[in-house]
Amino acid sequence: MPKVTVDGLELEVPQGATVLQAAELAGKEIPRFCYHERLSIAGNCRMCLVEVKPGPPKPQASCALPATEGQEIRTDTEMVKKAREGVMEFLLINHPLDCPICDQGGECDLQDQAIAYGRGGSRFEENKRAVTEKYMGPIVKTVMTRCIHCTRCVRFSEEVAGVEEIGAIGRGESMQITSYLEQAVHSELSGNVIDLCPVGALTSKPYAFEARPWELKKTLGIDVSDAVGTNIRFDSRGREVLRVLPRVNDDVNEEWATDKTRYMVDGLVRRRLDKPFVRKSGKLVEASWDEAFKAIAKVAKKAGKSVAAVAGDMVDCETMFAARELLAAMGSKMLEGRQTGLAYDTSNLAAVNFNSTMNGIEEADAILLIGTNLRWEAPLVNTRVRKAIKRGAKVFAVGPEVDLTYKAEWLGEDAKVLGKLPKAVSDALKGADKPAIIMGGGALAMEGVHGAALKLAGKFKMVRDDWNGFNVLHFSAARMGGLMLGYAQKGGLADIVAAKPALLFALGADEMDYGQFKDSFKVYIGHHGDAGAHAADVILPAAAYPEKNGTYVNLEGRVQFSNKAVFAPGDAREDWSILRALSDVLGHTLPFDSFAECRAAMAKAVPALGNEGLASYDWAPPKLESKCEGALSYPIKDFYLTNSIARASATMQRCSAELLHADDMLEAAE
Amino acid sequence: MSFDFLQDKDRIFTNVYGFQSPDLKAAQARGDWDNTKDLIALGNDKIIEEIKASGLRGRGGAGFPTGLKWSFMPKEAPKDARGNPRPSFLVINADESEPGSCKDREIMRGDPHKLIEGALVAGFAMRARAAYIYIRGEYIAEAIALEKAVAEAYDAGLIGKNAAGSGYDFDVFVHRGAGAYICGEETAMIESLEGKKGQPRLKPPFPAGAGLYGCPTTVNNVESIAVVPTIIRRSGAWFASFGRENNKGTKLFQVSGHVEKPAVFEEAMSIPFRDMIEKHCGGITGGWDNLLAVIPGGSSVPLVPAEQIMAAPMDFDGLKDVGSGLGTAAVIVMDKSTDIVRAISRLSYFYKHESCGQCTPCREGTGWMWRVMEKMRDGNAEIEDIDTLYEVTKQVEGHTICALGDAAAWPIQGLIHHFRPEMERRIRERQGGNEEIMEAAE
Repeated sequence: MPKVTVDGLELEVPQGATVLQAAELAGKEIPRFCYHERLSIAGNCRMCLVEVKPGPPKPQASCALPATEGQEIRTDTEMVKKAREGVMEFLLINHPLDCPICDQGGECDLQDQAIAYGRGGSRFEENKRAVTEKYMGPIVKTVMTRCIHCTRCVRFSEEVAGVEEIGAIGRGESMQITSYLEQAVHSELSGNVIDLCPVGALTSKPYAFEARPWELKKTLGIDVSDAVGTNIRFDSRGREVLRVLPRVNDDVNEEWATDKTRYMVDGLVRRRLDKPFVRKSGKLVEASWDEAFKAIAKVAKKAGKSVAAVAGDMVDCETMFAARELLAAMGSKMLEGRQTGLAYDTSNLAAVNFNSTMNGIEEADAILLIGTNLRWEAPLVNTRVRKAIKRGAKVFAVGPEVDLTYKAEWLGEDAKVLGKLPKAVSDALKGADKPAIIMGGGALAMEGVHGAALKLAGKFKMVRDDWNGFNVLHFSAARMGGLMLGYAQKGGLADIVAAKPALLFALGADEMDYGQFKDSFKVYIGHHGDAGAHAADVILPAAAYPEKNGTYVNLEGRVQFSNKAVFAPGDAREDWSILRALSDVLGHTLPFDSFAECRAAMAKAVPALGNEGLASYDWAPPKLESKCEGALSYPIKDFYLTNSIARASATMQRCSAELLHADDMLEAAE
Repeated sequence: MSFDFLQDKDRIFTNVYGFQSPDLKAAQARGDWDNTKDLIALGNDKIIEEIKASGLRGRGGAGFPTGLKWSFMPKEAPKDARGNPRPSFLVINADESEPGSCKDREIMRGDPHKLIEGALVAGFAMRARAAYIYIRGEYIAEAIALEKAVAEAYDAGLIGKNAAGSGYDFDVFVHRGAGAYICGEETAMIESLEGKKGQPRLKPPFPAGAGLYGCPTTVNNVESIAVVPTIIRRSGAWFASFGRENNKGTKLFQVSGHVEKPAVFEEAMSIPFRDMIEKHCGGITGGWDNLLAVIPGGSSVPLVPAEQIMAAPMDFDGLKDVGSGLGTAAVIVMDKSTDIVRAISRLSYFYKHESCGQCTPCREGTGWMWRVMEKMRDGNAEIEDIDTLYEVTKQVEGHTICALGDAAAWPIQGLIHHFRPEMERRIRERQGGNEEIMEAAE
């Protein structure tokens, strides 16, 4: 641990720390543009210059200089002040003075640092440079005249997103940042460059000219577009969520978010269910809450115990808990969350969990992917696997070949290979210190694969004292919470279909085939006019994820709480309160009158859900059939349209059309 | 003239003018590839010791002691993440793009085998697996000549497996650049060799630790490498017998501009400027009284006015004392017919054009400086603008990743330092001129 002095303050810094980090540890702010904790060091903005002794008698770029024993770092000398002023002046000579019409205004590093470290005036009297706009796709808006060439976006796309589609052309003053051939950037993480851009060169296209940052109410939330549980912040004004930004959580999303997480929110104001509906002579007609409840009560009376609940992919635990309690009061345990009919064994939650954790998978040195298109099922897990590869991990994959942004060794589509792995694979797994398996949606859908994967985990000792490399990758935000609350039948959805429930509660379930429940009276409690609402006999308008408090459990079993940012539109209500009110009408009054009481009751029933953080599941894998054969496939057909909010979102539809179906569009045009 | 001029017997480059054939046979007749095996048999350390003893300083401009540079290369091959040893590389900088500089061109045209033999000896000394010669894209004839020479050497078994019968395997690759001045900076050259955009890297890590493809690498100038075999043959002491202390050896000087006979010639270091011009270039056009200023080391160094340069010894320290530098010893002579402001402005344009655009001060500053210089040309400025310009050069200098920022700043600083009265005169003349016109109009 080297000892350094920063402005006369002596302190010890961790081995390998840079001078910039040392100064930060000492509480000194170092201005910077190109430096970013999660990207490689470029050292090109020159804003972080400090004086360092011993060393040459000129200011040094602190971001790139390792802190060494006995260094004397000064951040407050005349030389440093002059250097910062000089660099700031250079950055500003060709930066347009269009802050009033720039979306970055108010949250612009250049603005802030110009005030803190600039000269106050410019001596530049020549003409400024102008740069043509570049097209980067439906997400990223470019105003390249504002670019200060920090290359954060270039480094992000190369290092984190894994698509080498942003780069610099030209040199000197004529250097320009552009996407490859000025095409859209084909990455599901492209929106992150907007956050990374320290100026207004890359801004958000869907959010363009919508609001100023100081007008927005910021609410901490959890994302539900996939099972990663990305920590997000809802920025809302009035009743509308205008944008979603990722929060920093090193254990989960670091500080990234997928484009779906960020941009499906514009779907929150489209196709919304804002009134109860009741089906009358085959047609859904608007109704009052009272009418809707009465229609349900009429059926419930006859149905008796023949009642079931199916949870959708985005519901919070409280909703599922309230429905569970209601059904229990009515005498039923028919709960299911796996809408597409998956029927994997859930007797041990650890056997269907992402056990190595998001952080842990970075340390794996041999990874076998089974039936998972990681890039679409959990893009942020994919970036972790990329990191593991950078550290030297080997990755093998079973399933149809897709571009995962890194080099994986493909072992074919047939799951049969799991029974007899090629020697190279078994050698790599055997020799690995931290071997891991990630089985995805495709693998869970095929009988025997779960068993085969568990068998491999046993064979290669993937579960050790300090390491559990057996991972199941879910992509529904509600999945792990649902499993903890008992939303799983032995035979999956088929069991419920077979039981022919007279009354079916669909909690935002939109991926299910409602044809299976022809004879059931279907009550849809959800927020979007999607598949579920189409099939329903009664629609009870509910709240989407920013419109309610809620508990979510991510794929690694991490319990996280999300907060309410805005009110649900029209007559829509929060899900738990709908169920509470309905329970009154049905004569099975639920024992909680507020959200807090509901959450407390849930925590009492399932204690793990009451504690924020990783839930612990004991590792006790079931003995399962391990014979499997047949081609694996991936469940997600269109990354941008996986849920009802995204399907209602204009931005997501544009992304899907342009990034995934561009070829079809071209053909249609011909 | 008191200076002890270099005698023909002591010339290293005997075919710089191309009077003889550059091919292998003729080169061997001139003494190249003469028992190279024996040179290698001396062993790595002995070769490096000899180069250190010779006092050879890098001929590419910075003047870093060559032997010392080689000794930074690891003696044991470092291991990569998987435990495999990494090879070391020698990269030879033939990207001679400095305005005024043209010595490497002559070596590659007339004496390419000196370079290739030097690559083998130097490469062996630093335990390199191969040498990459990065040649400037515009040097088409030179690249062809060099490729031909490399092919000859391979055919004769002088390089490749068991190079020259020494038991050492050594490859030489010729790589053509694409015409970027910045690729002459060692780390930008490494980036470019790797197929990336030619932009200098941050140091540390230095190339000797992690250079080409992350392997230990030394980048040397063509001339530094080409003199190596002769130094080893004739001993470091012989080489050190020329020039002043700390500035040893012989050097290819390139004199261009307003002299009677512009020339490239080999001469002992520390030769006084006046003697050099008289002996090799036939004097200044219009006589010594007509000399205005000299840029003694290629465009990157500050100019020196006539009265200071006359007696200055042409070596690293001698030129440093007059506020300039030896650089590549590309001497640009300017007589009194020169528009000195315009000349420096043209250099500013060159640096604006060649800045890689990576780091802020250079990317933005070079353009700014050039635009102000263009105004200075015809005095379309205020007197205070000169001070602003000077401050801008100071804001660029020392704040950049590589030395291009310094190189862009120094010529202007030199100009302001020595020719400020001329710049002010132009501004006053223009302003005064306007007044007269105004007066006349009244």
